[in-house]
Amino acid sequence: MKNLPDAEVLFEQLAEKIKPLITSQTALVGIHSGGAWLMERLLPLISPAGNALANGILDVSFYRDDYSQRGLHTETRPSHIPFEVEGRHIILIDDVFYTGRTIRAAMNELFDYGRPASISLAVLVNRGGRELPITPQISAYETTLTPDQNLQLLRHADGHFYLTLEENS
Amino acid sequence: MQNPQLTNDGKLKHLLSIEGLPKAIIKQILDTAESFVGVAEREVKKVPLLRGKTVCNLFFENSTRTRTTFEIAAKRLSADVITLNVSTSSQSKGETILDTIDNLTAMHADMFVVRHAQSGAAHMIAKHVAPHIHVINAGDGRHAHPTQGLLDAFTIRRYKPEMHNLRVAIVGDILHSRVARSEIHALTSLGVPEVRVIAPKTLLPENVEKLGVHVFHDMREGLKDVDVVMMLRLQNERMAGAMLPSSQEYFKTYGLTPEKLALAKPDAIVMHPGPMNRGVEIDSAVADGKQSVILPQVTYGIAVRMAVMSILAGNS
Amino acid sequence: MKIHIKNGHLIDPKNGIDSKKDLFIAAGKVVAIGNSPDGFVANQTIDANGLIVIPGLVDLSARLREPGFEHKATLESEMQAAVAGGITSLACPPDTDPVLDEPGLVEMLKHRAKQLNLAHVYPLGALTHQLNGQEITEMCELTEAGCVGFSQADVAIKDTQVLWRAMQYAATFGFTVWLRPEEPYLAKDGVAHDGEVAARLGLKGIPAAAETLAIASILRIAKETGAKVHLCRLSTAEGVDMVRAAKKAGQKISCDVSANHLHLTDFDIGFFDSNAHLRPPLRSQRDKEALSAGLIDGTIDAICSDHTPVDDDAKLYPFAEAEAGATGLELLLPLILKWAEDNKLNLNQAITAATQMPANILGVAAGDLSVNSNADVCIFDPKKYWKVEAKALFSQGKNSPFLGLELAGKVKYTLVNGHIVHQST
Repeated sequence: MKNLPDAEVLFEQLAEKIKPLITSQTALVGIHSGGAWLMERLLPLISPAGNALANGILDVSFYRDDYSQRGLHTETRPSHIPFEVEGRHIILIDDVFYTGRTIRAAMNELFDYGRPASISLAVLVNRGGRELPITPQISAYETTLTPDQNLQLLRHADGHFYLTLEENS
Repeated sequence: MQNPQLTNDGKLKHLLSIEGLPKAIIKQILDTAESFVGVAEREVKKVPLLRGKTVCNLFFENSTRTRTTFEIAAKRLSADVITLNVSTSSQSKGETILDTIDNLTAMHADMFVVRHAQSGAAHMIAKHVAPHIHVINAGDGRHAHPTQGLLDAFTIRRYKPEMHNLRVAIVGDILHSRVARSEIHALTSLGVPEVRVIAPKTLLPENVEKLGVHVFHDMREGLKDVDVVMMLRLQNERMAGAMLPSSQEYFKTYGLTPEKLALAKPDAIVMHPGPMNRGVEIDSAVADGKQSVILPQVTYGIAVRMAVMSILAGNS
Repeated sequence: MKIHIKNGHLIDPKNGIDSKKDLFIAAGKVVAIGNSPDGFVANQTIDANGLIVIPGLVDLSARLREPGFEHKATLESEMQAAVAGGITSLACPPDTDPVLDEPGLVEMLKHRAKQLNLAHVYPLGALTHQLNGQEITEMCELTEAGCVGFSQADVAIKDTQVLWRAMQYAATFGFTVWLRPEEPYLAKDGVAHDGEVAARLGLKGIPAAAETLAIASILRIAKETGAKVHLCRLSTAEGVDMVRAAKKAGQKISCDVSANHLHLTDFDIGFFDSNAHLRPPLRSQRDKEALSAGLIDGTIDAICSDHTPVDDDAKLYPFAEAEAGATGLELLLPLILKWAEDNKLNLNQAITAATQMPANILGVAAGDLSVNSNADVCIFDPKKYWKVEAKALFSQGKNSPFLGLELAGKVKYTLVNGHIVHQST
C-alpha cells in the first residue's frame, strides 16, 4: 500500500453501505476500541430520524483465544449491552479485520447475552489473512498486508479518524 | 529482597498481601473487576477464561462466606473447583501443610486459595509450590486478607470516585484484624489522604501510626466529617483476653449508631466485611439503612476475586 | 605430643598479646610463647603464616540436644560443629529431655562428652525440677557432678517466691544463677518483637517491657539475696541501660548477648522467614545498636552463639508455629569478626568477649594461652570467605537467618588439650 486511504472517506462509504441493512430490529455493537469509536459516529448518521438505534459495546478480553499465551489484557473495559439480544439483528462493527479471531470472540461473548436472530459484520478495512471461516459482509476497503505489517485506526483529538501502517522487522 | 508476589518481570504471580503490591497492579485489578460486575448482571454469568484450570480452595480455617464467594468466582470463570476444608486436628495428626500442597499439585491444581489461622501461612505455601501454581491468600492469621482489602477499595471507588479527597475511618479491633491491615494498605496505596483508626488502646497494635494512619480513641471525634465508615467485627475472645469488659460497653463506646453516624458527612457510606454482630459493633438501623453499602460489598467481592484469578491465571 | 605453631599472629587478650609470636605445646599444655623452650623438638609443626592464633573460643550457650532430642542433633555432630567453629569450651543449658536436674544425668553427659575428646563441656543444671518453677534442685549434688551454674533455660519462674528462694539457696553456696529475663505473662504466645514489624506482619509481639520488668525483678532479688546472677541473651536497649546502672552502683552481675542479636533486627524477618524466629526475638535497630554499645563499653560481658539446632521440618511451618532457634557454633567466630569490623574495633577487644570473659563467668580455666594452661587453640584465616549453607555445616542444625550469606573467617585448626581435633583444607 503506497498511500494509506483517507479514513474519513472510508468512514462515509461504510455508513452508506450499512444504511440499507437497518431495520427496527437492528442493533449496532462496536468492538472496543476502534469499532466502538466507529459506532459512536455511525449512530447519528444511520439511526432512523429521531430515535437512536439500540447499540452497545463489546470488550472481548474475556473471550480471546490467546489468554494462555499473553495473559489478560492490562486494560479491560466493561462490555455494555443495554438491550435484549434475543431476536435482534446485530451488526458488529470493527475497525480492521485480520485473522477473524476477535470476531469469533465477540460472537461468543454476544451469545452469552442471548440468542440473536442474526449477526452481520461491518468493518472499515479488511486487510486479508483470515485464519477462521469468518468474513465481513461489509467493508469499506480491501487490501492484502503481510504479517509484519500493522494497520491501525486512530483518532485525532477532534474525533477525526486516520490510519497508520507500521512495519515490524 | 525479591517481592515473592511478583515474577522477575514484575507481573503478578501470587496475591499474598496488598503491602508490596505495585499501584499499577492494584489499579489493574480494580479496573478489571469493573468488567466483571457487568458480567454478573447478565443472564450467563460465566466467561471462559479459566476453562480447563483447577482452582483449589484450601481452608485450614473455617469460613463458609469467603469460601463460597471464591467458589462462585472460580466457577464464573469456568474453572473446576475443589474445596478442601482441612481442620487443624488432622493437620496435627501428621500431614503437614506442605504434604497437603504436594498431594494437590499431583492432582493438577493450578491455583490455591488459602486461608489459615497463622500469619505468614500463604507466604510459606507460595514459597513451596511448583513454579506454575498461583497462590491467593484468603486470610492468614492477623496479617492480611488482600481480596477483602481490594473489594473494599473497589466499593469505595464506586461510591466515592474522588479518592484523593477522602477521609476514611476504620473502627474496631485493629490489633487482631487482617481485614483492617489490608484495608489500610489498599487505601494508602491508592492515595486516600486520611485514614483513621478508631479503637480502644487494647485493640490497637504497637506503633500503628507507622502504617500511615491517624489514631482516635474517641469515636465521636474520629467520625467527624468522614466520607467512609468501615466497621470491623468484634470477636467474643476479646472479652476473655481482658482487652474489653463487655460487648455492651463496647457498643456504647465504639458501636455505630444512627446518632454517631450523623457526625460523619451526610452522604458517608457504611461498610462491614461481614458477618455482622448486630448490636455489638453496628446497630441494625445503620446496617439496613440507606447509607449502608454492605450488600453491594458482597457482589463486588465476587467481581474482584474474578479479576484477581483471571489476572493471575494469565501470567504463566 | 610436641607441637610448634609458627608464623601465626597470636592474639591472647588476657596476656595482652597481639603480635606475630610462635606457640609451643607439649603434653597438652602451653609451654612457651615466642621463643622455643630449650631442647624443644616438635613432633608436629603447624605453619600459621597469614593466620591468626587465638585461645579456643568459650561459648556460654550451646544446645547439644542430648539427651532426648537426637532427631534434632547428637553430641557427635554438635561437638564436631563446635570444634569446626573453633570453640573448645562450651556451656549447655539444661533443657534436654529429661531435663538436667539429676546428678546421674549430668555425669552421663560429661562422660559422653569426655569420650568424644572434642570440646570441654560445662553443663548448666536446672534451677528447679523439670524446670517447673516449683521445687529447687539438689544444687550441691549437681555441682559435684559437674554443673557450673543453674539455669531455667527459656522457662521463666512464675512464682516470685520460688525465684527468691532458689536464688537465696544458690547464694548460700555461691552458685551462679543463669536467667534469661522475660516476664512470662507479657511474653505469652508472643513470637516477634512488639513493634512496627510485628504490627505489619500480624505477629503477636513480645514487648521490650517483658525483658525490662524481668531484669528489674531479678536485679532486686539478687541484691536482697546476695545471689550471683548471669543474665542470658539481653535483647533490649533499656535492658542494657539497667545492667549498666546496676554495675555502676556496684552490683555483681554479668550478662551475655547472642551473636545473632548483634547483627540482625526484626526487619530480617522479611517475608516471614522462620529462620529468623528466635528467642528472645530479634528487636529493633535501636536495640541492636544499644547491644553493640553495651558490649563495647563492657556492660555486656560476653558474646555467645546461642546455638539451637532445629530439625528442618520444625521450621517448615508458618512463622509463629515454626520452632524458634538458629544454629550457631560454626558462625560464632565469623560473626564476631564481622561485628568487630562493622564497629571498627580491633580483634583483640572482640575476641575477649568470647574467650577470657566467658571463661571468667563459667569460673573455669580456659580462654587464654598462658604458660601451663590447657593447649586449647583456634587457628583461623580471617580473610577466607565461606558460604553459610547446609553442606558447609557440621551441625545437624542447618537453620540460620544467615543462610546463603558469605562470611569471612574460616577455622583452619582447632586444638583441645594439645591435640588437633579439627583441621580444614
